[in-house]
Amino acid sequence: MSATPILSLSGVKTDIAQYHVLHDVSFDVPEGGVHVLLGRNGAGKTTTLRTIMGLWQARAGTIRFRGQEITAAHTTEIARMGIAYVPENMGIFGGLTVEENMRLASHDGTFDPDRLSRIHTLFPAMKQFWAKPAGALSGGQKQMLAISRAIIERRDLILIDEPTKGLAPAIIAAMIEAFREIATESTILLVEQNFNFARSLGRGVTVIDDGRVAHDGQMDALADDSALQTRLLSLSLDQHQ
Amino acid sequence: MERLQQTVARMGGVNLLPVAVALAALIAIGAPATWVTLTVAGLAMGMMIFLMASGLSLVFGLMDVLNFGHSAFISFGAFIAASTLALLSGWVAADSLLYNLLALGIAISAAGLFGLVAGWFFEVVIVKPVYQDHLRQILITMGALIVAEQLILAIWGGSPLSVPRPAFLQGSWLIGDTTIEIYRVFAFLLGFVAFLGLRYTLKSTRIGLLIRAGVENREMVESLGFRIDRLFAGVFMVGSALAAIGGAMWAGYETLITPDLGAEMMVLVFIVVIIGGLGSIEGSLLGALLVGLTGNYVGFLAPKLALASNMILMMVILLWRPQGLRPAVRT
Ligand SMILES: Nc1ncnc2c1ncn2[C@@H]1O[C@H](COP(=O)(O)OP(=O)(O)O)[C@@H](O)[C@H]1O
Ligand SMILES: [Mg+2]
Repeated sequence: MSATPILSLSGVKTDIAQYHVLHDVSFDVPEGGVHVLLGRNGAGKTTTLRTIMGLWQARAGTIRFRGQEITAAHTTEIARMGIAYVPENMGIFGGLTVEENMRLASHDGTFDPDRLSRIHTLFPAMKQFWAKPAGALSGGQKQMLAISRAIIERRDLILIDEPTKGLAPAIIAAMIEAFREIATESTILLVEQNFNFARSLGRGVTVIDDGRVAHDGQMDALADDSALQTRLLSLSLDQHQ
Repeated sequence: MERLQQTVARMGGVNLLPVAVALAALIAIGAPATWVTLTVAGLAMGMMIFLMASGLSLVFGLMDVLNFGHSAFISFGAFIAASTLALLSGWVAADSLLYNLLALGIAISAAGLFGLVAGWFFEVVIVKPVYQDHLRQILITMGALIVAEQLILAIWGGSPLSVPRPAFLQGSWLIGDTTIEIYRVFAFLLGFVAFLGLRYTLKSTRIGLLIRAGVENREMVESLGFRIDRLFAGVFMVGSALAAIGGAMWAGYETLITPDLGAEMMVLVFIVVIIGGLGSIEGSLLGALLVGLTGNYVGFLAPKLALASNMILMMVILLWRPQGLRPAVRT
């Protein structure tokens, strides 16, 4: 690939307290579409996203966003450069209304009507519960709010951590459609355990194991190679139906 | 039982507790005139403690910072207001509401301004280096408290200082056989206005929205692109200013103050913050009114229990609601 990747990690090592969690993580995320980060539980996927976002500090290595180094940047700066983060626990402000949650994600507190109506079309529940406390939403609706918040303004890159965890199949199907649409204007780096979900969206895929990159390639190739899947993920498509 | 619970919840739930305490006290005391006097005293005391407690609660809620130095702002506020009033003694004693109000306004503003500036200094120099480290927070803020108390001793000396009260706040109203001290009504009103102002800021402004969000989830506010440390510095300054104003009001209430005034109030302030629930000003208000009322009623009914009564109140409430009455939502 000749174009500069939108995100590039090289030799990233991250410690949490006294534990070495990321030993050596290097991969590129090309601009556009969905890039998937796979790996077993505890492999270091969340830690990778948090390190990109500046919520953990890398001990070594470099992280570049559009070629510019952000390894030591403050989370606030990273967010302002155009990176949004949807954490594993969704990070919803339960005591605030849906509207207030969304307002916080807009840098000046106002909404672009076109984007807002697009979000309401993608996730009708957001319109329905607009004035309700976000803490009262169901798990799926909270996830929709977390994603809506990430796209209320155009972001170059959206980091999303396991959005389908604990969700019903119908909601997951709606989520696929939403992600396809979001990926037309933003690059998505998606951490996912649900391989079918990942496969239906992802173009490139990086597999992390024990804090290291175990595989880096195209999603199609991985999806066709069940032996590789088993080796990398100890899961097969049939099991994960 | 369930119906009763629902009815209580509809009428205001835990917000009704001060009313329940007041009604119980009316039955126990019997004499309505005495009860009114005690209730006004309790509400006034509660509002002054609210001023002292609200900032501490927000600071803890927003940044998990344990500030044991908070009482220094209360003491300094009291002494600065006392000295300002002494300087303006001509206006304080004048038979003119305008001059009285000016003197009082200047004294309270001086205390508040000191709180803002000293709060900023305290946050930047003492608290910022120990974010996220509770043990060091306790040690360093206690150290700062000792320094502040010594400063007060050095500036004002150790003997009690008498606080002149503006003429228009002297005396009481006599309604039937009930006496109501004017100063208490004034203290209540001032505290209530401060509460309304804080509530408006938190509920209806963008800064307030950020503060409420920050109390719930600091990291997420930063991930959305906002500097929570700057927000925190602002909250710390305002909280310190409110504590100083609370101290100033308390000085006028006591009329004779000593340097350990802040430390004495701090016990009540901590009780209020804990029973109210961390990070919520509604909780602080509720806790403060309960503490003020209980202290005054028990002080009358069973003076020997006065000191213990608020501790008992705290234990009972924590057994019932370990998070306090109205804690801020945390995610
Ligand atoms: N706050 C923490 N303190 C200590 N260890 C942690 C913490 N967070 C994660 N870890 C450890 O780091 C490793 C990677 O965790 P994580 O990045 O959450 O994995 P994944 O998201 O791939 O499931 C795990 O072994 C986990 O136990
Ligand atoms: Mg994870």
